[in-house]
Amino acid sequence: MTAAVFFGCTFIAFGPAIALFLFTIAREPLRVIFLIAGAFFWLVSLLLSSLVWFISVQISNKDSAVQQKGLLIFGVVLSVLLQETFPMSHPPDLSGLGFGFMSGAFSVVNILADSVGPGTIGIHGDSQHYFLSSAFMTMAIILLHMFWGVVFFDACEKQQWWAVAAVVISHLVVSCLTFQNPEYVASLVPTYVILFLMGIWAFYSAGGSLRNLKLCLTCKDKDFLLANHRPR
Amino acid sequence: MDLVSKKWIFNVLLSMCFIGAACTSVEKKIYVHLNNTVPCVRLLNATHQIGCQSSLSGDVGVLHVLESEENLDFVLRTGLHPPYMVILEHRLFTRSIMMKLNNGSSRVAGVAVVAPDANPAEGFSPHNTCPNENTGVYSETYDPALAHCSTTVWNPLGNGLSYEEFDFPIFSLKDDNKTRFIRQCYFDHNRMVNGSSPQYPLCAMQLFSHMSAVTNTATCMRRNDLNLGITPEYVCDPLGDFNVWATTRPLNNTAKGHKMSESVVIAATRLDSRSFFFNIAPGAQSAASGFVTLLAAAHALRNITQEAPPNRTILYAFFQGETFDYIGSSRMVYDMENGQFLVDLDNIHSVLEVGQVGMRANSRLWLHSDPVSRRNGSIDEEVKTLVENIRSAVMTLNVSASEPNVSQPLPPSSFQRFLRSRPIPGVVIADHESSFSNRFYESMYDNAEYMRVSYPQNMTQEEQLQFVTDTAKALTEVATVLARALYKQAGGDQSQLSGINADPQIVTQMLYSFLIQSNNSWLQQIVPSDLAGHLKNTATNFYVGVMLQSSEPTHLVQHLLANLTGNVVNVTQQDCQNQRMEESDTVSKHTYTYTWVQGAVPPNATEREGYCVRSTVHLSKAVSPAFDLREFTSTDYSTWTESRWKTIKGRIFLVASHELEMVTLGVGVGVLLTSLLLTYVISSKADILFSSQREPTNATY
Repeated sequence: MTAAVFFGCTFIAFGPAIALFLFTIAREPLRVIFLIAGAFFWLVSLLLSSLVWFISVQISNKDSAVQQKGLLIFGVVLSVLLQETFPMSHPPDLSGLGFGFMSGAFSVVNILADSVGPGTIGIHGDSQHYFLSSAFMTMAIILLHMFWGVVFFDACEKQQWWAVAAVVISHLVVSCLTFQNPEYVASLVPTYVILFLMGIWAFYSAGGSLRNLKLCLTCKDKDFLLANHRPR
Repeated sequence: MDLVSKKWIFNVLLSMCFIGAACTSVEKKIYVHLNNTVPCVRLLNATHQIGCQSSLSGDVGVLHVLESEENLDFVLRTGLHPPYMVILEHRLFTRSIMMKLNNGSSRVAGVAVVAPDANPAEGFSPHNTCPNENTGVYSETYDPALAHCSTTVWNPLGNGLSYEEFDFPIFSLKDDNKTRFIRQCYFDHNRMVNGSSPQYPLCAMQLFSHMSAVTNTATCMRRNDLNLGITPEYVCDPLGDFNVWATTRPLNNTAKGHKMSESVVIAATRLDSRSFFFNIAPGAQSAASGFVTLLAAAHALRNITQEAPPNRTILYAFFQGETFDYIGSSRMVYDMENGQFLVDLDNIHSVLEVGQVGMRANSRLWLHSDPVSRRNGSIDEEVKTLVENIRSAVMTLNVSASEPNVSQPLPPSSFQRFLRSRPIPGVVIADHESSFSNRFYESMYDNAEYMRVSYPQNMTQEEQLQFVTDTAKALTEVATVLARALYKQAGGDQSQLSGINADPQIVTQMLYSFLIQSNNSWLQQIVPSDLAGHLKNTATNFYVGVMLQSSEPTHLVQHLLANLTGNVVNVTQQDCQNQRMEESDTVSKHTYTYTWVQGAVPPNATEREGYCVRSTVHLSKAVSPAFDLREFTSTDYSTWTESRWKTIKGRIFLVASHELEMVTLGVGVGVLLTSLLLTYVISSKADILFSSQREPTNATY
């Protein structure tokens, strides 16, 4: 659909992630390393789990669906165990953002590459808005990964297992929503609702509060800082 | 760990389902590719470029199915979404419509012509009205009254489209499922409803046929020489192939130039044809009718020229590239002038050429001769003798042969190139008294259907191969007349003529091979094994093509001529392939050609039994002398070249409106700027926003 759509969708999908990278990560080399490590370990876990799954599918009975699903879970557990041996969960927002970047890239780069050509989707009857909704979905997924990372880590530290379960369940809901495509409204709106809620939760987990927010917005923050400054 | 693992199950599932969606290939959802693309390509000569050109990255246009010539106004002036890709039915593929599209080419992205299943009722010829008018013998100096078809317009139905230059791509589409899909896409998205213009998204097509060569042959040959890199990048190639020739008496081919006391009668015909589109040239009447007749005549003469050889030698010459300013015949004459051929022009006694002979109305043959050379008394006598020989060859056959009533020049024929060199007596046999009777001269409709080569229903391929059609019977009669006339002209005895008869079985098998499919049991036996794999299941393509790529009919005619005029010799395969009768033989290769052919599968066996055929068949290079002399602006010789190209393809898709694209870009930029702003604000205030967690840990300095 030409370069305009390509750049538009790229900015939509990766805009917040790029902004986060520029302002919170790019200045400190260590944070960059953590980000890349997070992305890398997402890739490793995906690779290993899909490798195991692929091999097991080849040697299994392809007609039995129950067996296939069981094999999938086995592959995933293996990748999780591998992942848990790496010290990658801290800092939580970086590992989450790393996961987000990588999964976003995997999901949308293929689509962006095809958006550069002169044609748009629709000749076989599919909806025209595929590119836009994929881009918005990717943006939501990237941000969600970061929020999930923050909440998950915090919940693990405080041993709040109900929070961990909530993260898992919301992840499940979002992934199932993607099966609603091409009903883009049905998949995007709930995803954004969940994004908003997870965002608020992550904000609180990271140490934010309504009071701090009010202080910022009403520009009383300077007095607060001065007031909190302790002389040595 | 359970919950961690569950998180990862769905993480991976999520990613996999995204990847899964992408793996069904977004590209397949956007584009529908055209399978069999038949483009029109660019050809260049000394002064012009003809044919079609697309831009380097393909031309995109909104589809429009043209309904009539008045509907052109929509494409050229009133339509709101230019440029348009125009889909034409064959009845609208006329000169006036194409020229109007060419003039309005800023709003035309390309043209796709839907080829019909059956030939159109009225004639169609994209060739010139006066074929090869500048490279024949009739010029201002020869006889101004006869130049440029002043007396007879040979191809009156010609609209000259093949020789126009178009700056948009033109493709030919077969009327099949893909074309129906294109029409459906147009009806669904592009049609005007109740006078209001159609809404986006619109159905569009993109055609790629970028040609590398520009301007003319001199320019592209100069650019061929500019090779700066390791791998040379050529932009064009000269057209050409090989002429096929054979003699009734074996002559020493290694000793070129004049042969003492040799008097040769040349029996000439052409091998090639063309159409508007690339590599489509069924050439049934314009090429096949002539050379099939000559092959049958050569076969009819085989026995008698070996048992009771006449005084003069008969040279059968099949010229390639005649459509493009007589490439083959000009080359042979050039070689003869320079002593580079078997014989030279002094050895030629007379020329008898076979033109288009397939459409005989009332079974009449017309004998064309050149009035200018006949002003010379001795030449005139010779021509009269030749005409008399032909007429006497008719005898009891159901054919009549006569000269045209009016004095007119020769039709376009290879004999004209011989006359350019010196006056020689000669006659061209054709089925038309003045203008061509071929209504589809050099077009894609000059096919088996037009020549009425058709078979009854429910015949297998083997049965069709052996079935003698009426056209085959008619051509057999012409071949018999030709063979007898050649024998008489070569000095043979009148009493022998009645024993010379062409074989209708051979003629019908040749017509089937060239006009229906070459991959049949008969040809499989006659050709060597390396050619057997190249036999096709479709009609032969008679386009001469570039020198580097061999043209389909050349080798088929070569081996057919060897089989029909040569003899089977009892020689081992190794000796055969080394061009000798036995180990010690070193002289045979100068006069004969030995070919090891596949042969048939005998009963109770699985392998073919090959054998050796000894004949006098040779190939001689048919590339215009202009390329050897490097005179790329020559007006004497053919300077035709074909451009090179990288990709030829086409695809269909929907296009979105420009506004939607700009909105997407705007939204993207907006999202980026907003998130940059927000992130900057949040990160600068991070101390305050997230202080309730940080305070205790930062307290220790």
